[in-house]
Amino acid sequence: MSSTVIVFLALVILVIFIGLFGSRWRAGDLSQLHEWGLGGRSFGTLITWFLLGGDLYTAYTFIAVPALMFGAGAAGFFAVPYAALMYPVLFMAFPRLWSVSNKHGYITAADFVRGRFGHRGLALAIAVTGLVAVLPYMALQLVGMQVVIAALGLDWNVALPVLGTVSVPLILSFIALAAFTYTSGLRGTALIAVVKDLLVYITVLAAIIIIPTELGGYGKIFAAVPAKQVLLAPTPAGSLGAGFAYVTLAVGSLLALFLYPHSVTGLLSSSSRHVIRRNAMILPAYSVALAFIALLGYMALAAGVKGMPEYAQGFKGFGNNFAVPALFLHAFPGWFAGLAFAAIAIGALMPASIMAIACGNLFTRNIFKEFIAPDCTPETETKMAKLVAFAAKLGALFFVLELQTTYAIQLQLLGGIWICQTVPAVLLALYVRLDPRALLAGWAVGVGLGTWMVMELGFKSSTYPLHILGETIPCYAAVSALVANLLVSWLLTLVLRGGAIVRDETAAEDYA
Amino acid sequence: MKKFHPVYLFLLIPYAAWVWVPFYNRSEPALFGIPFFYWWQIFGIFLTVGSILPVYLHQERHK
Repeated sequence: MSSTVIVFLALVILVIFIGLFGSRWRAGDLSQLHEWGLGGRSFGTLITWFLLGGDLYTAYTFIAVPALMFGAGAAGFFAVPYAALMYPVLFMAFPRLWSVSNKHGYITAADFVRGRFGHRGLALAIAVTGLVAVLPYMALQLVGMQVVIAALGLDWNVALPVLGTVSVPLILSFIALAAFTYTSGLRGTALIAVVKDLLVYITVLAAIIIIPTELGGYGKIFAAVPAKQVLLAPTPAGSLGAGFAYVTLAVGSLLALFLYPHSVTGLLSSSSRHVIRRNAMILPAYSVALAFIALLGYMALAAGVKGMPEYAQGFKGFGNNFAVPALFLHAFPGWFAGLAFAAIAIGALMPASIMAIACGNLFTRNIFKEFIAPDCTPETETKMAKLVAFAAKLGALFFVLELQTTYAIQLQLLGGIWICQTVPAVLLALYVRLDPRALLAGWAVGVGLGTWMVMELGFKSSTYPLHILGETIPCYAAVSALVANLLVSWLLTLVLRGGAIVRDETAAEDYA
Repeated sequence: MKKFHPVYLFLLIPYAAWVWVPFYNRSEPALFGIPFFYWWQIFGIFLTVGSILPVYLHQERHK
């Protein structure tokens, strides 16, 4: 076994043990859903920083963002304004969500919608949107895992009945993930986040110092990028150009991010609203790391890994997603590449665990308890959530093993657009209460339009060019769909005014 | 409803830094060989934190 594989396995096994025994840390009564699924709302500023850092900046991000830079250049850097401009929103709006959720015992965004609007249909729409959007996201974490497994050369496959040829390391990591999520819930995941994030910072620090030195400085690195891709394409006459697409991609993504079920789970697990306020100022440290990780795509270009025969197979299997693993193998000593791969692999397992927990919370609270078994005990509720979390992971695994990765990527693209359509009913509802029937109509219009636009583009892009008054406006479909959604919600609210009985269980002071 | 305090205007600064793409879609001036487009946006992350901080401190004083 090479030193790369030994360091990798040692770190991953250590982390799995931490995850399994994490339930004993500040142990609570794990038969209660908020104890298992929100860590008892007990995490302070530092643990929340690690947890949200691991939750929002996933392994897939660390692979896909530099891959985009590697292939498309400057346009891929939209991840940076996205990862910066979300923090003023986090700072202002989400302490309000924490407060109202703490007061009324909400554990999901759909819980809040149910309480705020008293409308079961709208709450169900929000819950289903969350479930559908987070599943492909989880599947992509396993894709990140597959890339690392391939880079390590651990291609140990067996043929199973029904499933066909499957990768043993992938199945093993799935079992580990399922086991620690089941036993420890969010507590185990939070402990793993600490290890994962430290490994990420070590890797990034080393990468931005060692690799540019090897390649002869940042000037040389940027010189290797095709001249047309170093900057965004110049704006042609009669169009708002690539710059507009760049900004709308950032805005649409940042509005959606904190409405994803796993983000809500992470946010609500903090011990006070002030933890969220402080984290809005310290979480951007991850954004700085992300910016440099994005530049790894250019370093991979400068190093010329794509032309090297030893990585040809990896690029053939995973496309540009193999750029960063190839760069690590090429530029780092063996043992350190093992550490970096462990960071990516753990960075895949950890958010996948939170996503699974979030699925469990959502399904149990907003579908099972709401529509199937309203009188279930807290113990049944928790048991159900654990089972759903397991089923969700199984679904993600099936996705990765049996369907093409492109489906997961396309569904994740759509997922971001769909989640963005919950902005009026969740984010905006923290301030303004529109009519729930109008919101439901707006949501349907937004989801429909967004899906249609992406289908028109053949799932290849999410930037749909609008033609208004002879001007071409290339706009992220999530944003143009959200504009339509807001218009419908607002206009219908005016039309329906006074028609609905207001059943808002929240009061203005609950949000402060 | 609390009265609006001008300190909240700080939160608009980071959005202003990014909204006008032609301003930062350029190579010069480069910093340590990094084109303006890239280092400006990395600087923008620090600018974001610097814009939230005065609002945070204001809220702490008026808790």
